[in-house]
Amino acid sequence: MESNQIIVLAIIATSIATYVSRFMGALTSEKVSVRSKIFKWFDCVAYSILAALLGRMLIFPAGVLANSELIIRLIVFFICIALFILSKKNLVLPTMFSAILLGFLTNI
Amino acid sequence: MINSQAFFTGLKSLKGARSPAIPLAACFIALGALLKDAGFNIQQSAASSFFTYALPGQLVMAESLLLGASIVNIFIAVWLVNFRLYPLTVSLFPLLEHKSQPKWKYYLSCHFLAVSSWLIAKDTYKKIISKHRIDFWIGIGIGTWSTAVIMTLIGFLIADLLNKEMLIGLAIINPIYFFCMMIGAMKDLATSISVVLGTILGPIIYLITPEWSLLFAGVIGGSVAFVLREENGK
Repeated sequence: MESNQIIVLAIIATSIATYVSRFMGALTSEKVSVRSKIFKWFDCVAYSILAALLGRMLIFPAGVLANSELIIRLIVFFICIALFILSKKNLVLPTMFSAILLGFLTNI
Repeated sequence: MINSQAFFTGLKSLKGARSPAIPLAACFIALGALLKDAGFNIQQSAASSFFTYALPGQLVMAESLLLGASIVNIFIAVWLVNFRLYPLTVSLFPLLEHKSQPKWKYYLSCHFLAVSSWLIAKDTYKKIISKHRIDFWIGIGIGTWSTAVIMTLIGFLIADLLNKEMLIGLAIINPIYFFCMMIGAMKDLATSISVVLGTILGPIIYLITPEWSLLFAGVIGGSVAFVLREENGK
């Protein structure tokens, strides 16, 4: 099989594999009441899964971020979280600073 | 069919100091460059973000292709990574439900569900009356999704101008932004415990079972937080 065909098939497979979870979620939602305990459980699980994803992205990253050192990523993380809290929860400042700081520390 | 006021309110969430446009742009520019490096052409790169729109899954696909994995293996790996979207949908869509709204809006707009759109919707849905919340969500979704597709194209086109340090810098923006948003969302005990436990358990369980780490960390951390909330409520 040509590489172009393999890429197209991979995109189709990836799209279906992703949409299945979203669609199943939409179907399940029809039967879940906002006041129910199961909704509150899903809410906690959703926040925890997202935090797990972000923790993993920071400690065991995929892609280009894997080329940076863990200790440098952690330094950038803690400085930027402190900046976020000190700047009264300004989102733009720590996110922009994180890119500059990581680029700078990686280059030293 | 769609309430334009609610739709545009959602779309406008891309503007302002809490805008997810910057981290979305950064990570999808990096993805566009990575897909070019993995042998994708410009149409394939755009199609990947258009039809998938889930960065971790797209990264898994690109890396699996480079390793020569089969299509079935790619499907399973992506399904495992993106299964997180199931609890995310179930924890958001009941808040957007209204009897008067047609089902197709929910079935089509679930495609827009991603970390960025989910966090914005959870943060702001109360400002919109329940009847029009789905239209508000579609506005958020169209805004974040189209940003992702356009930035993938830009990343592909400027890939040769981006050096390694610049790509690393772009890639850190995404986790930092979302961590800040999550910390901002820690307004009650259950959410705070969920976030802290998830952050700790995610990397630890990854060492034992990389494929299932997100699910296990999420279910354990979320269940502990849920039980503590229930006990605290009583």
